[in-house]
Amino acid sequence: MTRQANKGGLDRRAFLAAGGAALGAGITGFPAVLRAQTESVKIGLIHPVSGFIAFSGNQCREGALMAIADINARGGIQSLGGAQLEAVLGDSQGKPEVGAAEVAKMAEAGIHGIVAGYASSISLATSQEAAKTNTPHVVDVGVSDEITKRGLENTFRFSPGYGKIAEFAVANLDTINKNAGSPAKTAMIIHEESLFGTGTANLLNAQLPQIGIEVVDTIKHANPTRDFTNIVLQIKSNAPDLIIPANYYNEYVLLARTMRQQQVSAKGIYSVLGGAASNYQFVAEFPEAADMIMDCNHWFDPNSEVALQRKKAAEDKGLYYTYEVFLAYNAVAFLADAIERAGSLDKAAVNAALAESTWDDHGMPYGPTKIENGQNQGAQPVNTQVLDGVIEVIYPDQFASAEAVFPMTR
Amino acid sequence: MVNLDIVLPSVLNGLTTGALYALVALGLTLIYGVLHIINFAHGALLMVGLYGVYGLNAFAGVDPYVALLIVPPAMFAIGYALQRGIIGKASHGRDENILLVTLGLSIVIENLALYFFRSDTRIVDTPYSFSTVEVLGAFLPLTKVIAFAGALLTAALMWLIMTRTDLGRAIRALAKERKGAALVGIDTDHIFAMSFGLGIACLGIAACLLMPSYYVSPQVGHGFVLIAFTIVVLGGMGSFTGALIGGLIIGVVEALGGLFLGESLGQIGIFLIFILVLIFRPTGLLGHRV
Repeated sequence: MTRQANKGGLDRRAFLAAGGAALGAGITGFPAVLRAQTESVKIGLIHPVSGFIAFSGNQCREGALMAIADINARGGIQSLGGAQLEAVLGDSQGKPEVGAAEVAKMAEAGIHGIVAGYASSISLATSQEAAKTNTPHVVDVGVSDEITKRGLENTFRFSPGYGKIAEFAVANLDTINKNAGSPAKTAMIIHEESLFGTGTANLLNAQLPQIGIEVVDTIKHANPTRDFTNIVLQIKSNAPDLIIPANYYNEYVLLARTMRQQQVSAKGIYSVLGGAASNYQFVAEFPEAADMIMDCNHWFDPNSEVALQRKKAAEDKGLYYTYEVFLAYNAVAFLADAIERAGSLDKAAVNAALAESTWDDHGMPYGPTKIENGQNQGAQPVNTQVLDGVIEVIYPDQFASAEAVFPMTR
Repeated sequence: MVNLDIVLPSVLNGLTTGALYALVALGLTLIYGVLHIINFAHGALLMVGLYGVYGLNAFAGVDPYVALLIVPPAMFAIGYALQRGIIGKASHGRDENILLVTLGLSIVIENLALYFFRSDTRIVDTPYSFSTVEVLGAFLPLTKVIAFAGALLTAALMWLIMTRTDLGRAIRALAKERKGAALVGIDTDHIFAMSFGLGIACLGIAACLLMPSYYVSPQVGHGFVLIAFTIVVLGGMGSFTGALIGGLIIGVVEALGGLFLGESLGQIGIFLIFILVLIFRPTGLLGHRV
């Protein structure tokens, strides 16, 4: 299922020979091979490991592979006699149609469950394709609410959607602003152009006026955008109290650098699903640009031993423990827990087990999973802020490691 | 409604961004415009240059501008070796083979970068990363002002090499008539490789001037290649002055397009120009036989 496999050219003779062999195997049967296949639980991991969001796709893949390694090290799926999880890797190249094609190929090859696909648009396509064969499909990161609103019985999401995130972000912003004497009255939203950025921006545009913050402009940008000076000039021209970015890592870094360069002064930078705002790499490489940025994003429970152990394991592997890593890890573990409880690889049984999940060994600030229409109802983001080079949790209070600093003092 | 006060800063910024595009296009105009090699590996080789600058900075503390003494010569050597050892041999003198070979090279180079560096975005932090220069009320990043000057100097240098040196004369002879050039004693394989090396050395210069204001990842070249091809066509194939002017025009059009049409639609203007040039002036703005 890898790209390399797809590129392998076959001439007519080789194709006929392989086809004949496959047909022969189908007629005569190879029971030993078939038995070998059922000994492992095949989990399809489809991520954009090449293309414009390859950084995030690779982070997802690494997180998912860590989960598979951990589960196998603990003895695999006990209810299936210790069956080991086997990763089947797919690359969506950042394109929904390629992601869907990978699902189709995996389904034909007898995949038992799928974890995909990082971006919302890709997750929509992969889950739709997986629904045709009722293959259990867990979305790791994709935040569009459409993903779980289509009534697909095979589609589940462990993490929150952007509806919940926007609601949470606006409510917490209201609290932060009021605690500071309501200095923020205007905002500008800078978002990437795909489903995630556009959907998030639409929700924020609808909700921010309800807390007394006028959105003076909303700017959409392409992926990739090579230069943000134009956008930052517009920010300077509008002089909003708050700047709200919602975009992927590379664009976020360039935007933050350019804002710093152009000496943009705002009362706060309050990202919603900011690609870099809660990213250790960004904070380490550009502490000046990252300083005091707030973000409402996926984050682990900083008080959870499980989360801290996984963070250390990821860092020992040379990885930054970004949201892609821990969400993909948990998506695989969530699926594995359901297979364990189902005690079967029957797709309907695994889907039913996912729907009834009460799994809590995730290290996230969610509580035990509670699934409604495929969505984990307890999933929620947290608010973070970069303070003195450290990403601190500032909301909700029970997970907070620091108090919000607002307005920015830099 | 766009505030007209930001139009001038936007145009100035477009000029500096355009200079960066021109730097990438200078190498391409030599390889594509003069030698008619469609180099699909141009973006991947830019990425190699950027990783070179990053590596020198991260592991040896070499400033990106000091790396100008190391990276362009190294890139020249890489370009020479690629043309002499792989592209020339594998293409058997046929243009369609060159296209496939360079496409294959780009895939190999990008996957090697993915293997060695993963897809992490890497950035160089310098003491002047956030420095700006005030020009007519606009704060222009110092790194982009330097890149602007670098693009002018590189274009002038390339023009001098092409018009005032034996190497330049040999390259032009080869571009005009390969067999004739061989008949008068020009070592065509060597000159092809020198030309390709020079084009890739331009990418090395671009990498040194780009890295302080940009980032590197295995896919970073994709964002520049299409623009570079557009600039070469707009400026006139093989024209270094044309590539420079074309880059600046594209930079300004992109900036103003983004300002008035929205950032997502900003690039429409670029490709509109591309189509119009192809229809009304297929030789480009300064197109002439080299």
